[in-house]
Amino acid sequence: MLAKIKEFLGLGSKPVAKKEVKKEATPEKPNKEESQQEVEKVAEKPKIGYIHLSGCTGEIMSLSENYDILAEILTNMVEVVYGQTLADVWWDDENPMPEMDLALVEGSVCLQDEHSLKEIYEVRKKAGLVCAFGSCAKNGCFTRFARGGQQAQPKHESFVPVSDLVKVDLTLPGCPASPEIIAKSVVALINGDMDYLQPMMDLASCASNCGCDLQTNVVNKALCTGCGTCAMACPTRALTINEGRPECNKNRCVKCGSCSVHCPRTWFPEDRIKQDLGL
Amino acid sequence: MVLGTYKEAFSARSTDKAIQKVSQDGGIVTALLSYALEEKIIEGAVVAGPTDEMFKPEPLVALTSDEIISAAGTKYTFSPNVWALKVAVRQYGLEKVGTVAIPCQLMGIRKMQSYPFSTRFLADKIKLVVGIFCMENFPYASLETFIKEKLHSSLDLTLKMDIGKGKFWAYTDEENLSLPLKETHGYEQAGCNICKDYTAELADVSTGSVGSPDGWSTVLPRTGSGNSLFAKAVEAGLIETKPIADVKPGLGLLEKLSDGKKSKAADEIKKRVEIGLPVPF
Repeated sequence: MLAKIKEFLGLGSKPVAKKEVKKEATPEKPNKEESQQEVEKVAEKPKIGYIHLSGCTGEIMSLSENYDILAEILTNMVEVVYGQTLADVWWDDENPMPEMDLALVEGSVCLQDEHSLKEIYEVRKKAGLVCAFGSCAKNGCFTRFARGGQQAQPKHESFVPVSDLVKVDLTLPGCPASPEIIAKSVVALINGDMDYLQPMMDLASCASNCGCDLQTNVVNKALCTGCGTCAMACPTRALTINEGRPECNKNRCVKCGSCSVHCPRTWFPEDRIKQDLGL
Repeated sequence: MVLGTYKEAFSARSTDKAIQKVSQDGGIVTALLSYALEEKIIEGAVVAGPTDEMFKPEPLVALTSDEIISAAGTKYTFSPNVWALKVAVRQYGLEKVGTVAIPCQLMGIRKMQSYPFSTRFLADKIKLVVGIFCMENFPYASLETFIKEKLHSSLDLTLKMDIGKGKFWAYTDEENLSLPLKETHGYEQAGCNICKDYTAELADVSTGSVGSPDGWSTVLPRTGSGNSLFAKAVEAGLIETKPIADVKPGLGLLEKLSDGKKSKAADEIKKRVEIGLPVPF
């Protein structure tokens, strides 16, 4: 999956490698060249769409919490071409969905909601990059507990991650994703710093992660050191550390996967950290 | 680069007698956190505080020098300090937080600062991380085994534990018990076996006993902020220093141990990859 995304983006893992890949692009793979142009376009002034599916609006609130830079970003750095809240643009049969460099998808997809299904498939066609924005879009998060039988539509019971239906290129997990990670990612995107976004691409295909995964993926794999990072990352205080190992209170866990994403033993961006620290 | 990036190496100790009395070695962690608190560089510090059970720490959000001093001395088992960073910011409302961390905890903190996915307005509140040298960490039950089964003593009688000169030490009022370090092998937690960081390479300032004489600590200021904090604490007379070149055993031993941890970890990583286990580094 990762290799596919890399190929789609025409990227190596390092910016230096990126240039080499571009030079090597061969005419037999027109698809690949097209996507490189896509990336270059993104590096200029990206056209962004905001698609709001079954989510709580937490991501867009988090996005707009970047008070200091929001006006500058929305006015001069990106062009918001689609979205109900940010741009007041709706899509229907008479007004086709515009082409987008990046589609931010908030919320999971309800399989019983034909509008959501139609919209997500259309987004995949119109967007160069699809970003599962927030944990509901990435792995279902809290909507994984849904079981229907409720107003306003009792039939709505099956909520799935975006990547169950269409290819997702990158993700910003979190419940919600923090204002800072949104700002950092937008800046990276504008600067064409795909190296920073690499972990977001690597995580894109992972639609699991809840508190119990720490036991299977970290503790059972002889990786845990009891550092406490997972419990710090948990937004609902479902995690505590007992005898140096994470313990998940399932009654509190919303399955956002923040714990696994933050664990220094699931993936570790050593080069970026040293760069950020000036070490 | 076997010790990571650092500005300059020192042998140092706190000049405060109250800290010297309770500290593991030179009292550098306690001195630096207390100084940062007094200078309002931080408003509080997450430390490994005491509990009812001896040598079984719990993270403590310390708001005074006395509280910081209450956490002095090494405990060779878990204290998930990273967890309490959020407690310090959210529940105590601190805007500027310091902490002490071992290498794996630093990895969690620094990863969060570079990629703050779900830690809203937390990363920028962490102003100071003092790192401590760490070869490995033990589950509490392992410490019980050392003290009770191997040294035939009790944790309640133990005043201080130490690792040095090839031995694990337990000091009581009456005697200094020791265990050859190889007797402790196999009791460390498995997660430590793939860790390549001995000297807390991602800290603002790293410190530990190795390389310096008894009662002194080796100090490696690393980041710009860590370096200036350490320099100011020295200037204020709270910490005295000697050039590391003038002391025994000196940096050579530190480099040897750091290199040893790196190569042992590399071997273990290779083994794990061979049997199909995931390894993040």
